[in-house]
Amino acid sequence: MARLTHQIYPITTGFHGPSRPVPNPELIKKYGYEAFVPFKNSADNSDEDLQAIAKEIRRDIVRELVEAKSGHSGGPLGSADIFATLYFGGVMRYDPKNPWWPERDRFILSAGHMCPVLYSTLANAGFFPKPELLTLRKFNSRLQGHPGRDMGLPGIESSTGSLGQGLGIAVGMALADKKVDKNGRHVFALTGDGELSEGEIWEAALIAAHWELDNFTMVVDRNHCQIDGRTEDVLKLDSVADKFRAFNFHVIECNGNNISELRAAFKEARNTKAKPTCIVAETFMGNGVSFMQDDYRWHGKPPTPEQAEAALVELG
Amino acid sequence: MAIAEVLDKTLSIKDVAVNGGTNGAAGGILRFEAHSKKATRFGFGEGLVVLGERYENVVVIGGDITGSVMTSYFRDKFPDRFFSMGITEATATLVSAGLALSGMIPFFATYGAFASCRNTDMLRISLAYNDANVKIGGGHAGISVGEDGATHQALEEIAIVRVIPNMTLVVPCDYLETKKATIAIGEHCGPCYIRFGRSDVPSFTHEDTPFELGKAQTFREGKDVTVIACGPLVWESLVAAYELETEGIDVRVINMATIKPIDRSAILKAARETGAIVTAEEHQITAGLGGAVSEVLAQECPTPVEFIGVKDTFGGSGKPDELMKYFGLTSSDVKTAIHNVLARKK
Repeated sequence: MARLTHQIYPITTGFHGPSRPVPNPELIKKYGYEAFVPFKNSADNSDEDLQAIAKEIRRDIVRELVEAKSGHSGGPLGSADIFATLYFGGVMRYDPKNPWWPERDRFILSAGHMCPVLYSTLANAGFFPKPELLTLRKFNSRLQGHPGRDMGLPGIESSTGSLGQGLGIAVGMALADKKVDKNGRHVFALTGDGELSEGEIWEAALIAAHWELDNFTMVVDRNHCQIDGRTEDVLKLDSVADKFRAFNFHVIECNGNNISELRAAFKEARNTKAKPTCIVAETFMGNGVSFMQDDYRWHGKPPTPEQAEAALVELG
Repeated sequence: MAIAEVLDKTLSIKDVAVNGGTNGAAGGILRFEAHSKKATRFGFGEGLVVLGERYENVVVIGGDITGSVMTSYFRDKFPDRFFSMGITEATATLVSAGLALSGMIPFFATYGAFASCRNTDMLRISLAYNDANVKIGGGHAGISVGEDGATHQALEEIAIVRVIPNMTLVVPCDYLETKKATIAIGEHCGPCYIRFGRSDVPSFTHEDTPFELGKAQTFREGKDVTVIACGPLVWESLVAAYELETEGIDVRVINMATIKPIDRSAILKAARETGAIVTAEEHQITAGLGGAVSEVLAQECPTPVEFIGVKDTFGGSGKPDELMKYFGLTSSDVKTAIHNVLARKK
């Protein structure tokens, strides 16, 4: 029997002009992007190494957003530690030089609006040149306001942004890997906590548990904030952990701004058998920048140049 | 004349499309006769089995009504490649997208009303914008579901699916063409939607009737007027054309099985050569096949058009034949439309 292989890497079908935007050379110099050397993904990286990488991811988020003049600050800053652990702590298998390596693990950002943190992470891993971060949300950029697979940006596995959809896509990937190809790939997905209101999340959870997808790990960025206010005021959610336990997930609760707790959580997730894992990562929105910390009003706005300067000073 | 009457009187339509048509059967003769009746969904089920035998990465997603949309054929033959998702149409579509992004060729079928309307956001972003190689089967199309009534009658599918970029949309006309179309979309790369029905409809195409994704087939040559039809209305249009012969009206009948991308050249050729068009579909007239044809004509060759289809109303319960008559989707309605468009042509 044959395998009909259609293209499974992005083809660029979407919105494309004649050329890509080039960031201003002075900006590249200003942010020191000329001399940048990508970070390595290794289990040997110490917690301090990962903290330093998380800090650099946060700095990049601030730089991207102030240049874009629009976009989401709070969630990306709050979840930087999760991304640093996942991409640089030896948790996920990938090769930035060969982004469509067939044996790679996959990461799906279900909360697509949090893409500044994913773009920063991918650039810091060497998937694409770091100066490209400064084109975020600009006309013709590969760094769209929400991730678009049609832009062909290495490391973006799926278009996401309509909340609740990414989880189901990740479950489908895990199903293909575990039940058909029977390879050892693992699929990770990240959702916001406000996003859990969407019904598709719970349908996807039913499906992942029914098919015992132990190669699937979802992370809930539990920062208790969404656009209109605190999650418990907009639509009561607690307890996230109990809900997923009831859905027959292996649930791990941890401090999502603590590298060593995150490392242990991901290790436990990868070793779990016969059940999908849900990591409920308690984070603070805007973590690392004092004037944004735990304030839902920073969900969807960028810093002003003055605020960005203050944030960069604080981030070191 | 209703379908049943045609069969009862064993009337047959033969030798209607001849040499030199646009159907690619060079020198051949296409014969159309209602040799049996069979629901198009069986063609879908059988097509899936053919694909399953050919390709190891074809997988099928079950949405609880596998026996209705005939994915049960595949499930019974390839249980390891069949995945039940329960009654989760939206998420089953997302899971299908994920499977496709991991190299599978997933087919997900459920009632068309839910595969399209409930699912529009999933089709738009996770399937089409992702360019995921997923095939969606919309079963129980149109009013053929009969007694189940308005909630289950998919009359908006063509409009919804064809507005989404990257999508391919096929509405085959009988059982055998549905089987061919199912295999064709499985072998085509990209998101596709196929529409098929529940109740028995005349089977009139043959193994050698040409079918090509994206190409209209001229089933009957004619010079006075053209009927462009899809789904079960193709047969009704052939019957109408046959009956109008006695009135000396020479009707061309085009089977527009692929609604998107639509075969613009076949539409324009018909408009230029016959000067009048009737579109016929088991769907809302608004934004359906009629809309798609009109978009082409308005731009490049303004031509009088009459529309056969459901006129901006919901369906209802009843026997499929009763409903087809009530909603004006029979061969006699096609005949009336032909007369009307010919009056406008003069």
